[in-house]
Amino acid sequence: MEEFIVAERLTKKYGNINAVDGLDLVVYSGEIFGFLGPNGAGKTTTIRMMTTLTKPTDGRVHINGFDVVHDACKVREVIGVVQQHISLDRDLTVRENMEYHARLRRLKPAERKKRISELLDYVGLSEYADRMVDALSGGMKKRAAIVCSLIHNPKVLFLDEPTVGLDAQGRRRLWDLVRRLNSDGTTIFLTTHYIEEAEALCRRVGIMHRGRLIALDTPLALRRKLGLIAVETIVGNRETHYQFFADRAEANRYVQSLPPDVGTVIIRESNLEDVFVVQTGEKVGGG
Amino acid sequence: MLDTIKDIYSVFWVDLRNLRHHWRSAIVTSLVQPLLYLVAFGYGLGGGVRIGEVSYLAFVIPGIVALTSFSTSFNGAASKLQIDRFFYKSFDELLISPVSLYSIVAGKTLIGTLRGSISSIAILLVGMFLMPTLEVSPLFLLALFVSCFVFSLFGVFIALVIDSHHGMSTFNNLVILPMTFLCGTFFSLNELPEPAKVALYILPLTHASQSLRAAALGYPFPWLSLLVLAGFGIAFFVGCIVALRKTSV
Repeated sequence: MEEFIVAERLTKKYGNINAVDGLDLVVYSGEIFGFLGPNGAGKTTTIRMMTTLTKPTDGRVHINGFDVVHDACKVREVIGVVQQHISLDRDLTVRENMEYHARLRRLKPAERKKRISELLDYVGLSEYADRMVDALSGGMKKRAAIVCSLIHNPKVLFLDEPTVGLDAQGRRRLWDLVRRLNSDGTTIFLTTHYIEEAEALCRRVGIMHRGRLIALDTPLALRRKLGLIAVETIVGNRETHYQFFADRAEANRYVQSLPPDVGTVIIRESNLEDVFVVQTGEKVGGG
Repeated sequence: MLDTIKDIYSVFWVDLRNLRHHWRSAIVTSLVQPLLYLVAFGYGLGGGVRIGEVSYLAFVIPGIVALTSFSTSFNGAASKLQIDRFFYKSFDELLISPVSLYSIVAGKTLIGTLRGSISSIAILLVGMFLMPTLEVSPLFLLALFVSCFVFSLFGVFIALVIDSHHGMSTFNNLVILPMTFLCGTFFSLNELPEPAKVALYILPLTHASQSLRAAALGYPFPWLSLLVLAGFGIAFFVGCIVALRKTSV
């Protein structure tokens, strides 16, 4: 696979704080890559540097072969960005926002009209096109933000915490849209602090903690390194101990070896949260 | 060149579209304050008073037009940009687009210029009705347009360097409000002691009110004031670019 995003020693300092600390990362063309970590881990700062919004303090990022600082214009031609906050003009309609984005991307009038109509259809917003953005549901607003970012047919789409604030149905619709975009050829770089989102969508996951990348692989490979089966032992309703095993047989043997009065024992599949906790000693949602 | 003009218009287009949805309230609210000044100062306090050879009403109308161009252009540009930056966060969309920083600043200045021009002309029409002897020459209109453009650039600059609503409100109270009353809008600067006069000539609104008053009352036109005003415009434009370059790539 072709290397599409290459970050080398990427660093952003705010005063004495390293928001991103020497990040080395490669994202390949055509994949859905997920950046997982708690709030404040450096995910949004990384996206802002990759999308030319924030100057790195040190290090470099190349997207499609272009440096984000020195060839920002070339980079902007191939990226689409959906921010965590809905960054649309909420006093305008969905169509007006799309037209604005199309104008900023220098699409010609006929091309604008065609592309807006195609995209509205693609995300199922055609009948809401002339509604004010402020009058839409959270899920629709997010889809409207996505269509605006797709107006120039970018090669890579950055999604910063795309499903924060959405209900279960809205979240699943958005996951389907992300998968569809990816199968139609768009590389996806998303950040999330939802474990299930990273597991459901991403081919590879990078786990961020305090500005550093502490793990990077496919969700299955990360779990396999830890052990695919987790055994939780809840001692006296107070403390939970975790043990990880390569398979169920090994886990069963361990459970049988425990004293009969040990407390509640749960055997389950491990997940990325376990990977994060073991690596950092903190919970992903713990901030 | 054509691409740059198109880019500037694209940046302006979204603000124009926004104004289209709210134009009635935007224009009406911008006229309330100057009309109140016109009644309170022009008729209330200034009734029967003469300044030199002209009535106070004729003296104060160009000042109120200058004030309207200042407050409406400044607020029209600054408040929309602050909303874009802090509330809608849509300003980032501009920074991610291929549009240059120069075109962004120029485009964001046009909405304030337009709103300032509309409100100033509305006040001017009221003024011409009350005082038909006022001269609205091409020079007056040139000075008015330059004022609106420069004050709008001032608004863009301040909205880019002040990073919070609280900061903006402090700036309004400490700088904008005193400028409103002191920059030769309601009284002649000749009455002031020399140090105060010098201090007020450092502020751009003083030059706008001097230029507009001279043009409207047929006094010798202060070309230097117009040049100083243009100089302020260049300084604000450079300030905007520096502020944007500090953070953005």
